[in-house]
Amino acid sequence: MHNDHEIILNNISFAYKQRNVLENVDLLIKKGEFASIVGPNGGGKTTLLKLILGLIKPDRGVIRILGKSPDKVRQQMGYMPQYAHLDMDFPATVMDVVLMGRLTKSNLWFSKKDKIEVLTAIDEVGMTAFVNTEFNELSGGQKQRILIARALCSNPDILLLDEPTANVDHQTEENLFSILQKLNSKMTILLVSHDLGFVSKYVKSVICVNRQVVIHPTTLINGAMIKDIYHGDLKMVRHDHRCSQEGHSHD
Amino acid sequence: MIDIFYAIFDPDNLFLKYAFIMGSLASISFGIIGTFVTIKKIGYLAGAISHCVFGGIGLALFLQVNAGLTWFDPMLGAVLAAIIAAVTVGLVSLHAKEREDTIIGTLWAVGMASGILLIDKTPGYFNLSSYLFGDILLISGKDLLYVACLDALVLGVSILFFNRFFSVCFDSEFTSLRGINTTFFYLLLLILTALTIVLMVRIVGIVLVIALLTIPSAIASFYAKRLWQMMLYSILLCTLFTWTGLYLSYSWSLSSGPTIIVLSGAVYLVLLVIHKLLKSY
Repeated sequence: MHNDHEIILNNISFAYKQRNVLENVDLLIKKGEFASIVGPNGGGKTTLLKLILGLIKPDRGVIRILGKSPDKVRQQMGYMPQYAHLDMDFPATVMDVVLMGRLTKSNLWFSKKDKIEVLTAIDEVGMTAFVNTEFNELSGGQKQRILIARALCSNPDILLLDEPTANVDHQTEENLFSILQKLNSKMTILLVSHDLGFVSKYVKSVICVNRQVVIHPTTLINGAMIKDIYHGDLKMVRHDHRCSQEGHSHD
Repeated sequence: MIDIFYAIFDPDNLFLKYAFIMGSLASISFGIIGTFVTIKKIGYLAGAISHCVFGGIGLALFLQVNAGLTWFDPMLGAVLAAIIAAVTVGLVSLHAKEREDTIIGTLWAVGMASGILLIDKTPGYFNLSSYLFGDILLISGKDLLYVACLDALVLGVSILFFNRFFSVCFDSEFTSLRGINTTFFYLLLLILTALTIVLMVRIVGIVLVIALLTIPSAIASFYAKRLWQMMLYSILLCTLFTWTGLYLSYSWSLSSGPTIIVLSGAVYLVLLVIHKLLKSY
């Protein structure tokens, strides 16, 4: 059964400063999945992502990504961090930033092939016109797209994104998810989001994280289930963005 | 202005010629490494390293006189102390985040204090201020050779690993996911910073060296769109500040180090105000 799964977490526990962040977590993600990790602040969403990436090691349990330990397959995973974590004064063009995705242990210099792969990835996120633009001059949504291109240009099997729509407007959010939906035909996608109402329109399943992990198909998400997972009431806004002359309505 | 050219080529003023050559050579490393220090925002780590260099100079002088190790040149002591300090400071900043400020501050002060104590216990007269604030009269042909060798090393390693350093400075976490050993390259960058600091100790001294490491690259950051441009502008600015500072200090009989630093600091402040005003309109 496990052979079908690209991501396997078996009985994982992780504590930070003696506070249990994740406890006895089991998670199986199939090839081609498009899933969103949701949950309250401090519930362990980013920790789960970092464990999968191999940036941190679990205190207990086993993680297998593409059948191997995470640090063995890092180059087959594309990762997009939140752009807010990056230095906005750094002098770099879009090309410079995306080329980072072509770094390997062995190549000291970028080849012509690297540059072609980078241009293809930039084209895939619709940013070809900005190749020589300074990264700092881009809007929040454009920066997110460039960071997705950086994650894509190594042709990963799994794409992991940390709050790809944080600090971007609704239209940008829609555009980003349209890009991700297209990419999902080629790779497994796992993203952290705080906006369950919005992501449930696009993703196939939702991984609810609050020290423990429960995975649901998006069609089964309802109030009672969320209350059970979050151990309390949660304000869930389902956006139905229809712009009319009367204004913008929220259901 | 013409008199400075006569002075440089006057055989009696060999020290002045050496100062200009040393300033030009060191500006290359200062421009490159200063850019990394500025964008990685590790100026305070470079400050701690530079003050620890004084401990190495003190130890070399102490061993030269008290233990008869005449080969143990103060520049060699400075290089060794700089490398040890760079690795220590780097490991502290990576693994002791919660106490980083305190530990780095302690290393900063202890490095400096141990140098003073070692010189106190060394018979003979040593002009402390020449190490602290620079003295071009002390530059020798051997110093120039040291600087040229260290310069070649810093330049070669920086060019070879340019993409690695770029990546570690911009997004260390992502770089490690690409299979690159970010700890190694971060420590290597700090070691290069340490060696670069030693390059300029003779001209501007230990206390003032950090300003010359960061000011040219801070100015360059106003105008550069790419990292290599920032390095190129920093090299040119560092050379300009060093030459102009040396000229002014010679013409008005001032200390070379403080003259260079006050000049570059004044230019930085003026350009910072202009840059902010232009940005706000």
